[in-house]
Amino acid sequence: MIASYSDLKDKVILVTGAARGIGKSIALALSAQGAHVVFNYRGDEAKAMALKEELEKAGGKATGLKFDVTDYEAMTKEIDNFTKTVAPISGLVNNAGVSKDTLLLRLKPDEISSIIDTNLKGSMMVTQALSRNFLKAQDVSIVHMSSIVGLMGNPSQAAYAASKAGLIGFSKSVAKELASRNLRSNVICPGFIQTDMTDALQDKAKDEYNKSIPLGRFGTTDEVANLTCFLLSRASSYVTGEVIKIDGGLYI
Amino acid sequence: MELQDKVIKLVSEATKMDSANISLNTSFVDDLNLDSLDMVELMMKMEDEFGVEIPEDETENLKSIGDVVTYLKSKSH
Repeated sequence: MIASYSDLKDKVILVTGAARGIGKSIALALSAQGAHVVFNYRGDEAKAMALKEELEKAGGKATGLKFDVTDYEAMTKEIDNFTKTVAPISGLVNNAGVSKDTLLLRLKPDEISSIIDTNLKGSMMVTQALSRNFLKAQDVSIVHMSSIVGLMGNPSQAAYAASKAGLIGFSKSVAKELASRNLRSNVICPGFIQTDMTDALQDKAKDEYNKSIPLGRFGTTDEVANLTCFLLSRASSYVTGEVIKIDGGLYI
Repeated sequence: MELQDKVIKLVSEATKMDSANISLNTSFVDDLNLDSLDMVELMMKMEDEFGVEIPEDETENLKSIGDVVTYLKSKSH
């Protein structure tokens, strides 16, 4: 079930990392409500075209911009070009992220850099690149995809957890800095969600995890998409600087 | 309309300050109580109005109406 918010129709929303997983479900949910979804892609033109078609079939306009969230120059160029020639962007979902699970004692500096650069710095740079545009747009809402491990920590995920926790401080600062312009910024912390990443887990491990989740199951990407749509919509107009867990009660 | 009058009109509209109280010597921070975000927005309005691009590091030097008029004049040549 996808909740419907009428004000998302024609709203122009950038979703990073929309190729798969949670990002793709968010993009599809927004398209189904008639939003104009802007997504970034790194290189594969054919895949980008296929995603654009899939999103348009779901019901809204879709535009692919070619940039990596770690490439500030390309990102600024693509975003500026879009916002100047097409339309101001009034919604942002900072979703692009990478993870590499390693024990702290094996964690290498370049692995830390890669995780922080994509998950934290990437989200900061996309938000920064859009900040001028945001001053001209109406009802701006930003959603940062953090993680439950950013709140509770997790063995073998020190760098990932640090990057996800960093997003919380960033989001709260943005929320305060731009609140006077009616811009809102919130964080979502998903727990275990069914994606390629968790499909790779062994059944035994999944059973163990399920025991620790009060609702007794993994969440779906559509459930995360629902919360994201709510935060992007004016339905959440008095919610800002908030951190919302969506984890079946895992971290109570 | 003179460039100076256009700038004053724009600032007056943006800040809701009577244009009669705005002159070349009017300071954005001291007289108009603009904060840094207000300044960014005001410069964006100038860019739209006069079709120029004002880089972020230039705005730090634009402290008064006169500074802006001088800057815009230098750009139009």
